[in-house]
Amino acid sequence: MEHIPILKMGNLLLVTIQVDMHDRLAMTLQDDLTTRIVKDHASGVLIDISALDIVDSFIGRMISNTAAMARILDARTVLVGMQPAVAITLVELGLTLHGVQTALNVEKGISLLQRNAT
Amino acid sequence: MSYTDVDTQHLSIRSDEDVVRLRQCVRELMIAAGFSLLEQTRMITAASELARNTLRYGGGGEAHVRRLLTGSRKGIGLAFIDQGPGIADIDLALTDGYTTGGGMGVGLSGAKRLADEFDIESAPGQGTTVQISKWKSF
Repeated sequence: MEHIPILKMGNLLLVTIQVDMHDRLAMTLQDDLTTRIVKDHASGVLIDISALDIVDSFIGRMISNTAAMARILDARTVLVGMQPAVAITLVELGLTLHGVQTALNVEKGISLLQRNAT
Repeated sequence: MSYTDVDTQHLSIRSDEDVVRLRQCVRELMIAAGFSLLEQTRMITAASELARNTLRYGGGGEAHVRRLLTGSRKGIGLAFIDQGPGIADIDLALTDGYTTGGGMGVGLSGAKRLADEFDIESAPGQGTTVQISKWKSF
């Protein structure tokens, strides 16, 4: 089965989505991330979507749900790298990424997670 | 909608992978037609929502992707056709937040906002056809 790689850096988990995601792959990522948060005792999750051309309602829901599940497992989620056209389209679509923290890029996202951890 | 179809591609929508293929097809056509990145993003997102509806609610179907021409204007038109159960109350289905499938309820209404033109034909037992188009501004 196809998986999106999850990297561990200290107590953070990093994911860079670099493929045009279909729904099943998005669900697999959600499951993998929640499993890894517990297994790796992660305190933060960083999801980089700078390579994603679109975020539709399904991918948006996956991100939102992942952040909610992570929160219950005592981990913070930061979404980084959203392209301006994707942000505009998300708002026009009527989607709010409820409870998801965002940062402009990976560097800012990591410093946000590390600041939260201390 | 009055326009000339330049050519039509028929894509089967039977699996998650087909939805990804459709998005790629729409992207290629819009790039070739010279649409801006924002307009591409809007239309591909709308296409993704409608293709998912065809798959999840319509039990699969097909998508028609067309280049459009009217006078000096260029556009792209998409049609999503299924023979599924159909929609009894179209106004309700177009309400933000309304869903029968556990989704976010923004698919149909969001696609309507993202497209320039939107048309839906559906009746219980008659399947559903949704058409959207986007015109290039000069």
